Amino acid sequence: MPDTASPLSFQRLILTLHDYWAAQGCVILQPFDMRVGAGTFHPATTLRSLGPDPWNCAYVQPSRRPTDGRYGENPNRLQHYYQYQVIMKPSPPDLQQLYLGSLAAIGIDPLLHDIRFVEDDWESPTLGAWGLGWEVWCDGMEVTQFTYFQQMGGFDCKPVAGELTYGLERLAMYIQGVDSVYDLVFNDAVGNRPAGTYGDVFLENERQMSKWNFEVADTDKLFRWFKDCEAECEASIVAGVPLAAYEQAIEASHVFNLLQARGVISVQERASYIGRVRDMAKGSCEAWMAHSGWTA
Amino acid sequence: MSADFLLELRCEEIPARMQAKASEDLARLFTEKLAEAGLKAGKLTSYVTPRRLALIAHDLPLATEAVSEEFKGPRTSAPEQALEGFLRKTGLGKEQLEDRDGVWFATVEKPGRATAQVLAEAIPAIVRAFPWPKSMRWGEASLSTESLRWVRPLQSIVALLGEEIVPFAIEGIHADRIIAGHRFHFEGQIAIQAPASYAEQLRSAHVIVDQDERRRLIEQRANALATEAGLELIPDAGLVAENAGLTEWPVPLLGRFDPAFLEVPPEVIQLTLRINQKYFVLRDGRGALANAFICTANIDAIDGGKAIVAGNGKVLTARLSDARFFWEQDKKTRLEDHAKKLARITFHEKLGTVADKVERVAKLARWLAEEGVVKGADPDQAEQAARLAKADLVTEMVGEFPELQGLMGGYYARAEGLPDAVADAIRDHYKPVGQGDEIPTAPLTIAVSLADKLDTLVGFFQIGEKPTGSKDPFALRRASLGILGLIIENGIRVSMRDLLTAAMHPGGGNAGRSLADFLIERLKVQQREAGIRHDMIDAVVAVELGGDNVRMVNRVRALQNFITTDDGINLLAGYKRAANILKKERPDTIKLESEAGEEDPGAALTAPDVAEAMRVHEHVPLSYAPEPAEAALIAALDQAEPRADAAIAVEDFEGAMAALATLRAPIDAFFDGVTVNDSDEVKRESRLNLLTRIRAAVHKVADFSAIEG
Repeated sequence: MPDTASPLSFQRLILTLHDYWAAQGCVILQPFDMRVGAGTFHPATTLRSLGPDPWNCAYVQPSRRPTDGRYGENPNRLQHYYQYQVIMKPSPPDLQQLYLGSLAAIGIDPLLHDIRFVEDDWESPTLGAWGLGWEVWCDGMEVTQFTYFQQMGGFDCKPVAGELTYGLERLAMYIQGVDSVYDLVFNDAVGNRPAGTYGDVFLENERQMSKWNFEVADTDKLFRWFKDCEAECEASIVAGVPLAAYEQAIEASHVFNLLQARGVISVQERASYIGRVRDMAKGSCEAWMAHSGWTA
Repeated sequence: MSADFLLELRCEEIPARMQAKASEDLARLFTEKLAEAGLKAGKLTSYVTPRRLALIAHDLPLATEAVSEEFKGPRTSAPEQALEGFLRKTGLGKEQLEDRDGVWFATVEKPGRATAQVLAEAIPAIVRAFPWPKSMRWGEASLSTESLRWVRPLQSIVALLGEEIVPFAIEGIHADRIIAGHRFHFEGQIAIQAPASYAEQLRSAHVIVDQDERRRLIEQRANALATEAGLELIPDAGLVAENAGLTEWPVPLLGRFDPAFLEVPPEVIQLTLRINQKYFVLRDGRGALANAFICTANIDAIDGGKAIVAGNGKVLTARLSDARFFWEQDKKTRLEDHAKKLARITFHEKLGTVADKVERVAKLARWLAEEGVVKGADPDQAEQAARLAKADLVTEMVGEFPELQGLMGGYYARAEGLPDAVADAIRDHYKPVGQGDEIPTAPLTIAVSLADKLDTLVGFFQIGEKPTGSKDPFALRRASLGILGLIIENGIRVSMRDLLTAAMHPGGGNAGRSLADFLIERLKVQQREAGIRHDMIDAVVAVELGGDNVRMVNRVRALQNFITTDDGINLLAGYKRAANILKKERPDTIKLESEAGEEDPGAALTAPDVAEAMRVHEHVPLSYAPEPAEAALIAALDQAEPRADAAIAVEDFEGAMAALATLRAPIDAFFDGVTVNDSDEVKRESRLNLLTRIRAAVHKVADFSAIEG
């Protein structure tokens, strides 16, 4: 639904959000350089939401969900997509207003579009984390997950952080009024340098990665990697480097997602794998708390 | 002197489903706290929106009444310590006490308190202890885990008694008269003048604070939109309430979707609209689902809602495209091929996979049809339907909408050309899902539904997973009610013993006794809903040991109808007179019978038929000349007994009881004119035998000793 003559390109959307949140005092981070399932896994959210120190940041996080792969054939589903993540700790009293301000910044007029906060509590079994909040609807479409973290890694958040997770492709499709993610205008044309689409940038990636996730990835190796991550995580905790331990937890979580996509984990095993990832994440958080001198 | 009191607790969006309860809780807690202080409002008005919980207490006295309380103390002669204790308790000096006939009395005056002061203490206490189903911490204060918890961050408090602010603060939020209006339609603040103007001042700020008004508005406007479009709104009170809980300024808007989507089963479209999008569903003049939806916006949009309708339509299109994709994908595979994937799903670690369960259910369904337990069901079709009944669990559609299980199986079965009876059985085999749900009557459906539930119930009992207290993770109570409902409503004549035996998992544990007890308990619950007294069931269970639930329920119903009639009262009274004597004189026989009464029908299955064993058959001729009343009773019994037996044989339990009721007068006459405890041992014995015979005759219908009152 373009509200202005030329709606934001995909990258302009990101840049606008960066500008907006930078103006609110956020550290603008670059994506974490590992494969993660969601922006929440970034240590800037997980580990930084623990402890008493104020922390405000925003970043884009490429996120991978192998089971959502559709070989580039579904206009709405991707195994690799972008989340825009904002963390503000402690949660400011006007966080909802700040969030609505960001929607205005990207061209969504709240007197033209129906913005709603609909109950949606958040829980991450693999991170031992939960919070209360909403999914934010814009004309019936979920555009953002809005959460007040209550626990992370099994520890109470003291103080509570507010987390905003925007689904960037969805938001962009809405702003640009396109029906397929691959038709999104990615950049702005300048001179004789043309604008490209999201499909130009990512379609082939979706095809190949869907194939790898579902067909090629060697499950024996995946099982082995999972075990290796687990061992490495434990060793890192013992060695007093919780940040490194946490990276292993992230990697294990993604390997578990790949195994899921291959359909080689049974229902009972599933719960046990989730428990193992949670133990790694919790162990890392615990070590991080201890290392930082914070009490539970 | 009285005034109205206004309280508004404004916070970030309260989940719609929690609002009604929160509103009630606030009113209740407020009333309780005030009552503790001796205050009572003339009337309470409660309001709730997504962003505020409010109440107005009308005509609240401005002060609590002064009370003077008198306390009785120790005797004046009592030791000094006793007096000291009394003075401490009352807070008075000795000179303020009164000596009345050698006993100290104290009069304690409690002055009245200002209501504002009471409220300033009560409101923070209510807020701190508010029973939200889920609550959270937030902001800087959450550095401590002891910080205030609320459903979402609490933003402001309005507390006005008359025109005055009631001064208090909670977690740094000071009570005030300033409110915020609609999130988007109103900028700035409004100062509330007095409780009476609250609702109207909010309305001027684009907030309809009265939830009932918002509901009415949504309902009326949605109906009007439907009518304008030549359609009919499918009523949905839950959805009206939910939308009223999501909006402060509700504006229903009608949109359309591509009619091509109507090829997808209507239930799927309805679910997508209602559950995922909270849209109202409409039908056309022929009663078919229309390609239209009504969403409820929270703003009066500057373009009249065009952009909102377009946006919602787009979201809906994406969702319906998914649904249509699933529908088409799923149909490409036959149900029997889908069913093969069930081997990958664990039903329960000790009960195997869903495929294992399907195999057992198929056998059991076939048995039910073959043995004629379920009449009119074709055994081959019963087995086929059972084999396919769970196949839709692995379809994409049911993966997306689990609540469509069964229903989708039915659609897919029809789409691949299976017989209607089979498709219906697949569709409805989960029914009845709970109390009040429709109970299947089609023979094939009954067979599959019964087999499925029996297999679940028996299986979990065999592995020792019985419901305890409030824990029933495998919904076995529901399964049992389903089994009983299917049997009783369809008049299925079968012994529970045979049914449970047939459903036993080979090589599984023993389920017998506890399962039979459990089913009787369920039967009591089920019949209680139908207005049947539990003692009626106890009375019948004690004698109805074959486990034919249909006969049992017929008997119970007959008993309950009969017991309040004159005949019933007579029979019970006569029975009790006889039984009371026996209880005293032949306690050993009572013990025997009451043991039999507690005997669990399941265990009795292997024991001789206790009811039969209880019967007194001997009609020994008397060796003495009976008293007239004694002879009369014997004659009456000789007449009544065969009539009762004949009636029982055709399951005419009321007839049997009517026959036995004729014994009341002879019994009364017997007790008036005959001494049971005669010094002649022979007479005593034979009279006790006569009473035993009466009791046994009655017990053929029911154990009347279990009947209360």
